[in-house]
Amino acid sequence: MFHAQPDLETVLGDDPDAPIARFGNVTRRQIFKFCAGVAATMGLSSAAGVKMAQAATNPSRPPVIWISGQECTGCTESLLRAYHPSLESLILDLISLDYHYVLCSGAGKQATDYKHKIMEERRGEYILVTEGGTPMKDGGIYCKSGGHTHVDLVREAAAGAAAIVAIGSCASWGGVQSTSPNPTGSVGTHEVIPDKTVVNIPGCPPNPYNFLSTVLHLLTFGRPPALDALNRPRFAYGRLIHENCERRPHFDAGRFALEFGDEGHRQGFCLYKIGCKGPETYANCPAVGFGDVGQGTWPVGVGAPCFGCTEQGIGFEKPVHALADLKTQTPPSLYPGVDAPKGKGASAAAAAAVAGVAGVAIGAGAMMLRGMGAKSDEDKGASDGEA
Amino acid sequence: MASRFERLHAPLITPLTLVLAVIAAAAAWFIYLRFQLGLGAIANINAGYPWGLWVVVDVVIGSALGCGGFAMALLIYIFNRGALSPLMRPALLGGLFGYSLAGAAVLFDLGRWWQFYNILTPWHWNLNSVMLEIALCVFVYVVVLWLEFSPALFERFGWKGLRQFAENWMWLLIALGVVLPFMHQSSLGSALVVLGHKLDPLYNTAFLPLLFVTSAIAMGFGVVVVEATVVSHSFRRASEHALLVQVAAVMAWLLIGWTLFRWGEVAYRGALGGVLAWSGATVSLWLETLLALFAALVCLSGARNDARWLFMAGVAVLLFGSVYRVASYLVAYHPVGNYSYFPSFPELVITIGVIAFEVLAYLVFVKVFPVLGAHGAAHPARK
Repeated sequence: MFHAQPDLETVLGDDPDAPIARFGNVTRRQIFKFCAGVAATMGLSSAAGVKMAQAATNPSRPPVIWISGQECTGCTESLLRAYHPSLESLILDLISLDYHYVLCSGAGKQATDYKHKIMEERRGEYILVTEGGTPMKDGGIYCKSGGHTHVDLVREAAAGAAAIVAIGSCASWGGVQSTSPNPTGSVGTHEVIPDKTVVNIPGCPPNPYNFLSTVLHLLTFGRPPALDALNRPRFAYGRLIHENCERRPHFDAGRFALEFGDEGHRQGFCLYKIGCKGPETYANCPAVGFGDVGQGTWPVGVGAPCFGCTEQGIGFEKPVHALADLKTQTPPSLYPGVDAPKGKGASAAAAAAVAGVAGVAIGAGAMMLRGMGAKSDEDKGASDGEA
Repeated sequence: MASRFERLHAPLITPLTLVLAVIAAAAAWFIYLRFQLGLGAIANINAGYPWGLWVVVDVVIGSALGCGGFAMALLIYIFNRGALSPLMRPALLGGLFGYSLAGAAVLFDLGRWWQFYNILTPWHWNLNSVMLEIALCVFVYVVVLWLEFSPALFERFGWKGLRQFAENWMWLLIALGVVLPFMHQSSLGSALVVLGHKLDPLYNTAFLPLLFVTSAIAMGFGVVVVEATVVSHSFRRASEHALLVQVAAVMAWLLIGWTLFRWGEVAYRGALGGVLAWSGATVSLWLETLLALFAALVCLSGARNDARWLFMAGVAVLLFGSVYRVASYLVAYHPVGNYSYFPSFPELVITIGVIAFEVLAYLVFVKVFPVLGAHGAAHPARK
């Protein structure tokens, strides 16, 4: 699918800490660290990290064409805020982002012409990324660019693409504008080009590292990572949020926030009863977090119930406060009372032991007093004389 | 310097010592099971009652019963009542075993007992912990008690030089032996101050440390009275009644002061409303009050001249202090959550066995080492 890869050593040079101008002054060490991190995120071996570094530093790196439809640019914004490494210094250079509405240096006809040039010259090699939904109603006239409908632009670009990635919930299934009554007939990219495989990275916005990891996997192995039934990478969407949620122990113990700002909410209890969709939403948010500032930086982590943005039919569809349908354990309607008696009572043996000891003590005391009575009568005279 | 103390010449193996040994062996078996199977398999203590029978009886009450040496040292050396010194060594021996076994009892009550050695690693200390204070202070006091008692051992083995050396430094040991119990006996009360509202209003006071240390001193006098009476009666030795009456008078005024303060404090906090309620705390309060007043009445009236009444007064004081401690730690303590606690059979056997071992060791020591006041039948030492 892609060009043969040259030897990594010749590309990167000898000094691991020397900045490489061609890659925006990123050092060889940084490239390896990043790729190893990505490989670890996807559960691949460290050898895969080396392969990724090779792919990412390939001088004839494959171009990426990024087409935007019904979208808010949130996915792009999210990608811009990837910090290890920062997107502008590494990834845009590495994947050769040749066309992107927001990030192109050119504009208008100039940019569009360049897109067509790449699509012809690198036919069968470029990666197509679609952002935003595609309106189909009335011939797709509700989203146009340069006089062409978005649906035509997607089909045109998809024809020569080596791989297609739909970023965000809108590109995955239509997103917010596909919510009933769906006035523009918005659909996801895979419905526009049903004959092609589209890798979906849903989320509003998706975690940038889910996208970066998928793209690097494509570059490295020439095929997308393992996908689920909805064509989402399983490394990112294989498990329910509920499964890895840091508040899960509260769910299991029956400790719930019942309204915003109540005692349970302030204590960090489970948000299920105020509408958290974590139990029916597949994503790795609790494990990866957002913004690269450490653990707990995701909606549930900061006390906002998950609203199911990665899941068609849930995000933008179910009311925010509606209860999630539990796909795994259902909480019992009746938890054991927090006031249930705990601790063991007196066993027969223990009671007998206490009674026995008390009996022996009282008996011994009584015996002694009786003995002392007899004795004190004997030596009364002696002790009186002494005193 | 002729010894003022003598060995008790009696056989080591008697029916009583055999029974005590059997009970202690049963306890040893359960202690083995505790280390083999863990706390949960043996004890009924739970998250609501982490301190059960072992802590309350073996440690808290056990160490208070071991305050005989402390109380007598206070009286003999601080208040200069030298005439009472024949009572010193037996009291010290009681304290020695009371404290040593309290320290041992802590070990099998600890969940992660293998971490216990960290008490000797200062860089792991939490200096805000009352428990640290108790643990360190008891640890040091046990050492001090053995050193205080060491002249009896040296006398027995005829090591005159060592004995003289110990006697020369005795003033330091005695000073420590008076200061340390003040610290940890009051800390046993401080440990409960942090419980706050979990303690019944009748018991929840910032004066817990004061009440604990003063009642421990009273129990120390009580244990001297009981122990001396039992020993003189059982081994048919001359009665020390005349000395015990003096101790009893001090004990009586201490008990009266304690009870007045206790009730005044309850009244001052506005908690008097609870004294007629039907609860464990109320029953305990009345019980300890009646026991203390009974003992004080006996000790200050003509009844004290009868050894039997004095003995009953001593027992009453021990019961008084025990009731106060059991109530503070268990009966008047209400953990959050519906917890209940009653000791399991193995727990009881271990505690009874520890006490049996204490008595056994005491009996062995008085027969092997010069502990009892040397005034035997003819009272040669008391002129």
